Amino acid sequence: MLVVTTGVALLFLVLPIVAVFLRVPLSDLLSALGSSAALDAIRVTAETIAFAMVLILVFGTPAAYWISSRRGAVRDVVVTLVELPLVLPPAVAGIGLLVAFGRAGLLGGTVDALGIDIAFTKVAVILAVTFVASPFFVRTAVAAFEAVDPTLPAAARTLGAGPGRVFFRVMLPLAKGGLGAGAALAFARGLGEFGATIMFAGSLQGVTQTLSLAIYEQFDVDLNVALAISALLIVVSAVVLLSVKLMTRWHSGSGSLILSAPSSRQRN
Amino acid sequence: MALRVRFTHPLRSFVASAELTVSRGETLALVGPSGAGKTTTLRVVAGLLRPQSGTVTIGETVLLDTQRGHDVPPEQRRVGYLFQEYALFPHLDVFGNVRFGARDRSRVDDLLERFRIGHLARVRVNELSGGERQRVALARALARDPAVLLLDEPLSALDAHTRAGVRGELFGLLHSLALPTLLVTHDFEDAATLADRVGVISDGRILQLGSPMELVSVPVDPFVATLTGAMLLAGCVVGREDGLTEVALDNGFTAWSADSGVGRVHVAVYPWDVSLGPAVQGDSRLNHFTGAITSIAPIGNRVRVQVGPVVAEITGVSADRLELRPGAIATASFKATATRLFPADSGR
Repeated sequence: MLVVTTGVALLFLVLPIVAVFLRVPLSDLLSALGSSAALDAIRVTAETIAFAMVLILVFGTPAAYWISSRRGAVRDVVVTLVELPLVLPPAVAGIGLLVAFGRAGLLGGTVDALGIDIAFTKVAVILAVTFVASPFFVRTAVAAFEAVDPTLPAAARTLGAGPGRVFFRVMLPLAKGGLGAGAALAFARGLGEFGATIMFAGSLQGVTQTLSLAIYEQFDVDLNVALAISALLIVVSAVVLLSVKLMTRWHSGSGSLILSAPSSRQRN
Repeated sequence: MALRVRFTHPLRSFVASAELTVSRGETLALVGPSGAGKTTTLRVVAGLLRPQSGTVTIGETVLLDTQRGHDVPPEQRRVGYLFQEYALFPHLDVFGNVRFGARDRSRVDDLLERFRIGHLARVRVNELSGGERQRVALARALARDPAVLLLDEPLSALDAHTRAGVRGELFGLLHSLALPTLLVTHDFEDAATLADRVGVISDGRILQLGSPMELVSVPVDPFVATLTGAMLLAGCVVGREDGLTEVALDNGFTAWSADSGVGRVHVAVYPWDVSLGPAVQGDSRLNHFTGAITSIAPIGNRVRVQVGPVVAEITGVSADRLELRPGAIATASFKATATRLFPADSGR
């Protein structure tokens, strides 16, 4: 009975993924990936997500470290604020970004005075991706820092390390598995970002049209291109998921993956 | 250069306070149950905890003076701290751990050689045995050339058969370093072997501070007495004759003590002051408890035998001679002068 229900559930989850690959021959998918719409979308996505990931890591890592070292009401409020985009409907995020950074928005005047137009540019894509994806990183990073035995940074300080050295030489290396997993999760969420981006950045091919947006648009134009991009995203997502699994295992394990077998030292 | 600590700091259920001076070359041990505030003292000295009020000085150097708002951060204090469970960095090998605190490479090589861990330099710390981990942690704590040494339960992470050997090595090391050393342990025996002076601490307060001998011969209260190994027999003082106090014990026996007391008391006696053998009637200088042997536990070359309410610690040789076995009837005896009386409401 259990086997049957599990089988049905698995089939339901796997079928749509398999269907993407079976609809048209693989060679058609590959040639569709060479279309200008697909290539533009790949370029836009790569550029924007790379920028967004840099922002997330550079601002998210110290933020997570700060949160992990605090207890009490202030910390709880900060954590809740950080987690809010996680549960927020993407359309709400899009509207919010628009009325905050758009031309007529809250910071519109300031941004305009600097001669920058954010809405419907690549910057808008980057902001939208950063907004929705950063909580995935920060949450995982906080947990990773909290998992480090607190006597280790204390020991480092008694050994002459100031706060900076404690962070880079002890906390960062010990939390790196969790940080990597968090980054991978944020990357996957950013890759699939759709709602906030289409509202705040629009869907201009070669400028703001990411892979997810391109699927939606090509759905009416050329189904093969939509299928090809979908197939590409499935492969990338699978790789991300696999790397998260490996990194969390690495993190919880004793050392590097290759050394995880207890007898490896003797064999070498 | 002597270490001086004085602090008061509220913890969850009591206020921890201490006032200690540890001179150069002296080892002072704080002994007490877990949660008594022992580690708090070490954290204050290391600068990992800023107490509500207090001062810490090493020689003329002031590390902490809360009244003047003076607080040297831990990384600038010359303090070697051996953490409980050692707190070795799991992402570094043995060399990396010792190197972390050392100013230069040659210092690391010296320490690895001194602690006989040179051959382990490139081994990850989670592959080490308990004794090896302890040596790495000691080497690391000394890498910065500290002016004081703090040891938190240095032996508790070791199993019984390595423990005695490591204790001997540690004693030798502390002697040769000649630093002021503050040691924290829950084991009075460890404290007595390693330290020149022992402070018994309970609920954040030092109850008695003295040499191990002083603590055993004149414990100030029942808590110190039990911690140093005494057993306590509860009872009521019923009379006094020939300079001896007669105590009717709650278990029905009668005990005689050279100490004086009134009302409800605890009779404290150390197991090694109790002997086993045939009863000698009518000698009031001796207390006799005749009963069935309930347990026989060997400890090293000595044996602890429980007879009725009393535990006798005798040599293995005499245990063999007496042909002891559980269930057999024996008489445990101790002198009235070997006992101390404490009012039952003192201590805990």
